[in-house]
Amino acid sequence: MHDPFKFSGKALIAIAILIAALVALPFIANAVGLPATTPLATRLLIYAIAAGSLNLVLGFGGMISFGHAAFYGVGGYTVGILFQHVRIGEPLFGFIPGTEQFLIAVPAAILVAGAFALLIGALALRTSGVQFIMITLAFAQMLFFLFVALKRYGGDDGLIIRRRNALFGLNMRDDLTFYFVVLIVTIGFYLLLWRIAGSRFGMVLGAIRQNERRVAALGIAVYRYKLAAFTIAGMGAGLAGGLVANYARFVSPDMLHWTKSGELMVMVILGGAGTLLGPLFGAFALVTLETVLSGWTERWQLFLGPILLLIILYFRGGLSGLFKFIGGGGK
Amino acid sequence: MTAPLLLIEGLYKTFGGLTATDNLTLDVRAGEVHALIGPNGAGKTTVINQLTGELAPNAGRILLDGQDITALPVHARVHRGLGRTFQIVQLMGTYTALDHVALAVQAHQGHSFRFFRAARDDRGLRDPADALLERVGLKARADEPVASLSHGERKQLELAVALAMEPRLLLLDEPMAGLGAVESAQMVELLQSLKGRFAMLLVEHDMEAVFSLADRISVLVGGRAIATGSAADIQADPAVRVAYLGEGDA
Amino acid sequence: MSLLFVEQVLNGLQLGVMLFLLAAGLTLIFGIMGIINLAHGSLYMVGAYAGSIAASATGSFLLAVPAGLAAAAVTGLAIEYIVIRKLYDRDHLDQVLATYGLVLLFNESISLIVGRQPLFVGVPPALSGSIEILPGMTFSVYRLTIIVAGLVIAAGLYALIQRTRLGMLIRAGATNRDMVRALGVDIKLLYTLVFGLGALLAGFAGVMAGPLLSVQVGMGEQILIMTFVVVVVGGVGSIRGALFGAIVVGLVDTLLRAFLPQLVRGMLSDPSEADQLSAGLASMGVYVLMAIVLLWRPQGLFPARS
Repeated sequence: MHDPFKFSGKALIAIAILIAALVALPFIANAVGLPATTPLATRLLIYAIAAGSLNLVLGFGGMISFGHAAFYGVGGYTVGILFQHVRIGEPLFGFIPGTEQFLIAVPAAILVAGAFALLIGALALRTSGVQFIMITLAFAQMLFFLFVALKRYGGDDGLIIRRRNALFGLNMRDDLTFYFVVLIVTIGFYLLLWRIAGSRFGMVLGAIRQNERRVAALGIAVYRYKLAAFTIAGMGAGLAGGLVANYARFVSPDMLHWTKSGELMVMVILGGAGTLLGPLFGAFALVTLETVLSGWTERWQLFLGPILLLIILYFRGGLSGLFKFIGGGGK
Repeated sequence: MTAPLLLIEGLYKTFGGLTATDNLTLDVRAGEVHALIGPNGAGKTTVINQLTGELAPNAGRILLDGQDITALPVHARVHRGLGRTFQIVQLMGTYTALDHVALAVQAHQGHSFRFFRAARDDRGLRDPADALLERVGLKARADEPVASLSHGERKQLELAVALAMEPRLLLLDEPMAGLGAVESAQMVELLQSLKGRFAMLLVEHDMEAVFSLADRISVLVGGRAIATGSAADIQADPAVRVAYLGEGDA
Repeated sequence: MSLLFVEQVLNGLQLGVMLFLLAAGLTLIFGIMGIINLAHGSLYMVGAYAGSIAASATGSFLLAVPAGLAAAAVTGLAIEYIVIRKLYDRDHLDQVLATYGLVLLFNESISLIVGRQPLFVGVPPALSGSIEILPGMTFSVYRLTIIVAGLVIAAGLYALIQRTRLGMLIRAGATNRDMVRALGVDIKLLYTLVFGLGALLAGFAGVMAGPLLSVQVGMGEQILIMTFVVVVVGGVGSIRGALFGAIVVGLVDTLLRAFLPQLVRGMLSDPSEADQLSAGLASMGVYVLMAIVLLWRPQGLFPARS
């Protein structure tokens, strides 16, 4: 059978074209007088990381986590809070100095989000099925309220970050520079996902999705692998959150809102759960839809609802089939 | 006499008001094939599921090699040397036959917290898996997704997966179920060839297979063992004839 | 202090009763039909909107109740017929996404039709004011009415489920769905009835919530997520668990909100920061409760299937 994580020559060429297009995109956008495309594409890539991380649990592992935005928000707040402590010149908890260094703040976002995912996953994975869905949603809601309560960090108004984090003396304020930073991180992240999906760990994870009972009978401690996947996914979402905090120079509890978790799920499903590049296309589809529809009407979600219903009820897997060729070979 | 490999002592399991396993005591010696037979609803699969750890007994002990494993989770028992096959095959739809056996080899080698190297290119997994598929006669079908395997081939794959874990005791839950005459004969031959390498607890309805493979037979009726002995003993046992063979063979 | 405590316990009971009205439907719909329905909160919102619009148009709360019930029931039956039916044989992921689509549709439609401004409904005059329920202690007649009505409904549900043939099927369905199918019962009709019943209960909760909360878009999800906590704490599929879980969650939430600020104010110097912090921590309380229950009993307190 065709190995979904080994790319045929044709698929490799398609991926090369995709990367070339992403590199060329801001220059073309500027040339045709649409400079606003660059920040839009930056946002799209960040969503692609968040959705790609959710895909690890949802698509590869078959765990329906409905609270993924919590880790995205925690990552964002980590960058925001560390910056805030530079500004007020007072260490966090009295001993952790603030930072505005990208290479410290973003890894910190990944680690903190991972720690939260480990804790929440350890509890939530004691259950499965519908309870798991409800519990992940409820824990995300709990963190949402936590950040609403932290008035010191803006409460429900959110926290403004005055400057993007510093990286190698680059001019991070420049949208073009920042786009390329995010693009490199995104490519690195998807490379990592690709390695994980095809690794021993990935084989176990895919087997758990398909038949948990069989995997346990192989002598594999299912819970530990699910928890590891859940934690890695949380770290990926933390990365995306850390990037978006830099991108928008703003974090707020909205990042953890349950509708954000819903949007991430929609991206994964639109693009095709369990395919490597599916979430990237899903993020692309959703952000494009949002941009186009909100050009018409402020209530673009009025259209998203029925579109989602139609896809789920009648065209299940339709869109992912379209991208199957590039996304993951044949399944 | 040495201590048995597997010792079940006073095992007791109820579902609501129904007693599925009723004070069952049974042993399997190293290297022997011990068949567990009984009419439908006698509680055979319930016993297997308690041995593997999928069900927790209400009372009683399970000892493997003298060590109490009654409270161990499923995966830990496998590492103690308890393998199994399923009555209804349990496979992963999108994985190939080779993937299945390689995954079992991988599980047997230790933990799978390896995130980078491509598992499907790993000769340390693929070579032993290939050898096992050859052993059960599935080599030609190694790269087929299991969805396209026949029922008999899936049963063979179940066995290859169990072998990869190098069990000391293999629990075989109706390995012949649903097989045609030819496939059944092949399976008996295969099990015959494995006899002596490890002990087997064989749950099976096919009496011909049971009598040709088993060293000892226990008869389970209503969750309790009413007789244990050689094939000849069991066939001669009047209680068994009344409770089981008399009706079952009619 | 102790009278204040009694009052807050009654407030907690009132919240618990509201949560029960939603949780009962949600847990039955999941237990019997295997459907996870995020749009259950939308039915509550529809009930609240229909009730408050009817009340302000007619000036009569007595008309608001049937209006809210009818709107929720019609909406519920419509989505059961158009959407939910197609989801019975789908996995949870499809159910979550499709009903998420419904939530977006309902929220945006209502804000398009009625507007973003919250609606406020007065407490009906007949139920306004307070009565003295203990020497020196008064309590809102309206909240008391909700508690009584909710307990009456709980008793009615209990009788329905324990004493009637429909109830027998519901109980059987919650423990063993395939068996009910095998009995040759018109399963479609049973599903529609259960879904309709759930919609009625949610609609009733919505109407009753109108005078207590501002009626606004998003109110459904806020209570839905708390209802999930109730269902998880009580045990999925169990009405008894839903009642018990709802009361516990209602009490914990209300008591924390009432008494936590005093504790936090003692510890922080800035009173406004203390208030916001304690409000947030109080909101987190029920989720912490859920985590504790999960550690102790992953299947909830009264699991329907063991």
